[in-house]
Amino acid sequence: MQEYRFGHRHLLGIEGLTPDDISHVLDLADGYVELNRQAEKKNALLRGRTLINCFFENSTRTRTSFEVAGKRLGADVINMAVQASSMRKGETLIDTAMTLNAMHPDVLVVRHPESGAVQLLSEKVDCAVINAGDGSHEHPTQALLDALTIRRRKGKLGGLTVAVCGDVLHSRVARSNIALLTVMGARVRVVAPRTLLPAAVERLGVEVFHDMAAGLKDVDIVMMLRLQVERMHGSFVPSTREYFHFFGLDYDKLKLAKPDALIMHPGPMNRGVEIGSEVADDIDRSLIRHQVEAGVAVRMACLELLAGQPSNRPSLQ
Amino acid sequence: MTAARRLIRNARLIDPDSGLDAAGDLLIEGDRIAAIGPGLADAGFAENTEIIDAGGLCLAPGLVDMRVQLREPGAEHMESIESAGHAAAAGGVTTMVALPNTEPPVDDVSVVEFVARRAREARLAKLHTYAAATKGLKGRELTEMGLLAANGALGFTDGVQPIADALVMRRVLAYARSFDQLVIQHPEEPSLGGAGEVTEGEIATRLGLPAVTPMAEIIMIERDLRLVEITGARFHIAHVSTAGGIDAIRRAKAAGLPVTCDTAPPYFALNETAIGDYRTFAKLSPPLRSEADRRAVVAGIADGTIDAIASDHAPWDQDSKRLPFSSAACGIVGLETLLPLSLELYHNRHLELIEVLRRLTINPARILGLDVGRLVPGSPADLVLFDPDMPWRIDTERFRSKSKNAPFDGRPVQGHAVQTIVDGRTIFIRQG
Repeated sequence: MQEYRFGHRHLLGIEGLTPDDISHVLDLADGYVELNRQAEKKNALLRGRTLINCFFENSTRTRTSFEVAGKRLGADVINMAVQASSMRKGETLIDTAMTLNAMHPDVLVVRHPESGAVQLLSEKVDCAVINAGDGSHEHPTQALLDALTIRRRKGKLGGLTVAVCGDVLHSRVARSNIALLTVMGARVRVVAPRTLLPAAVERLGVEVFHDMAAGLKDVDIVMMLRLQVERMHGSFVPSTREYFHFFGLDYDKLKLAKPDALIMHPGPMNRGVEIGSEVADDIDRSLIRHQVEAGVAVRMACLELLAGQPSNRPSLQ
Repeated sequence: MTAARRLIRNARLIDPDSGLDAAGDLLIEGDRIAAIGPGLADAGFAENTEIIDAGGLCLAPGLVDMRVQLREPGAEHMESIESAGHAAAAGGVTTMVALPNTEPPVDDVSVVEFVARRAREARLAKLHTYAAATKGLKGRELTEMGLLAANGALGFTDGVQPIADALVMRRVLAYARSFDQLVIQHPEEPSLGGAGEVTEGEIATRLGLPAVTPMAEIIMIERDLRLVEITGARFHIAHVSTAGGIDAIRRAKAAGLPVTCDTAPPYFALNETAIGDYRTFAKLSPPLRSEADRRAVVAGIADGTIDAIASDHAPWDQDSKRLPFSSAACGIVGLETLLPLSLELYHNRHLELIEVLRRLTINPARILGLDVGRLVPGSPADLVLFDPDMPWRIDTERFRSKSKNAPFDGRPVQGHAVQTIVDGRTIFIRQG
């Protein structure tokens, strides 16, 4: 048997990863979950390496998660909030990429409000690039941390039935999760009003429901999506009240799922909009805090794979 | 110094208007066609006459490209009237009509005159311009259509913007009819379009791009056809790209409405898969469509519902295209690929060669009311000598256009212009 090798220079999306790639990341991340629970959390794998968090869109959770992950591996971590500075002055994304590239980073973690922007940036730099969310396209580390969370609890991904509920139309989390779960052999459903589903969504290999009762029936995992405030009042759904009534997760709807069904949410939550507080805080059913824990571990695994090898670092000519 | 008399001999003469497709010669005197037919060379015309041996290549009326964006005035670094003229010449285009979306826009007589003067100075392909239908292309107040038309504007359009408000559109059509002017519409209902530059469907969904339903085009076409019904104005729909839109036009024509339409090569040569991984060179407005729509465009061209093929030339510099997909500009350069891409319809056996040329010459000339596009004695000697079969690969770096934004780079095609003649003067000869 040939030895497994993670053959990707960047992590731009789940699309393009094989089941072996995904399992390998999750296996590595499992080890980091254990490390992170110890008092001494640091190793020196990325000592001397530089990680730049380059966020063209606001983020606290994801940026912090990457920062913690980088520091625990011994890397120097720099945070850049770009939306306020250079883009306003008319600097293009490619200019920013070239500028950062000249500083010889080893990993760029990039979030951008436009789909495809992280890929464009990755084509212009010599270091590894991790997509921390691009528009409505992909958010691969979120899907990997969700998968790790599920696998640690259920012992597997294949054969499970997962309902992804809410604003699938605008959600990069949904796209990455659908890609990951389907390639790993899970059955995926999407549940949402028609205004929040993209065209031809069934072509992604999911079953489509517009009714929570039918959509949650006998599922193992209920994955709720965040509804952005600007979409709550009339543009995509008429009101938060009506949305919660039909599509918000509470115990009434949850009891249609399997008795041991678990609840997930990528955060930050809108309590009382897509998810009720009593469900979100249910210590037996809700995996939300485990997701955050898995996030750091998965990001450490990704950093190890992309920045850990000296060969993955072509010199700047 | 151009000879007063030029004889092109040994050509395959193709004139879609008369149906002529035969070996023969063509005599130019000054800026006009003096005679056509077989054996002119044997009848004693050779005295004091420049002889051009066509070597059996096709000689047709020069192409009439009814939809071209110039960037002069305003953004000459992307395209000037002169650089567009060279690109047109190399593409076999002898007449082009510019959209009014320059800076300032062509909504005032002085800008019409400026464009005409710059074209006269360039002395390349003939250039006409449409004028804005509404002031500043803003879709609210009518422009001085009568005065603009009297000073040479060929028709009225808001260019790449639809005239969205139904009442304004009704008045544009009604007022234009008073002067028997053509109105040209970019058919897209903007309130359905949102920020969409890709067609709704699996590809847009996978890429996570804001998408627009093809109904946005169909709805606007159907609305406008109803307004044409009550105003009777001559109406032309630009770059149709959907099966539903073409059906609506087909029905309107059958009902006798004064409507015509064109499409552009990307809509029959490509489908939405050309976007691949966010290729901004394949970002167009209207967006590339499904394979079913592409086939409907081919069928619409073949059955004559689509009257004309225009390049939809839209030059953009690198800075406008090397951006995330949603921020990138829409459109591609097309003057130099109009002929070879249109010839694909012939090589793929969808149309006879003469029928392809009809949609590139006499049909647009008629729609625009221009006295070009025919091979008849007395007509302007605007001609293209071309090889319909010559295989080559599109190389955008060799474009004469200042902008290189085209998704066709590297595409193997057949056929190109060998010599382009305007008013009897050769403005382009292919070297080597």
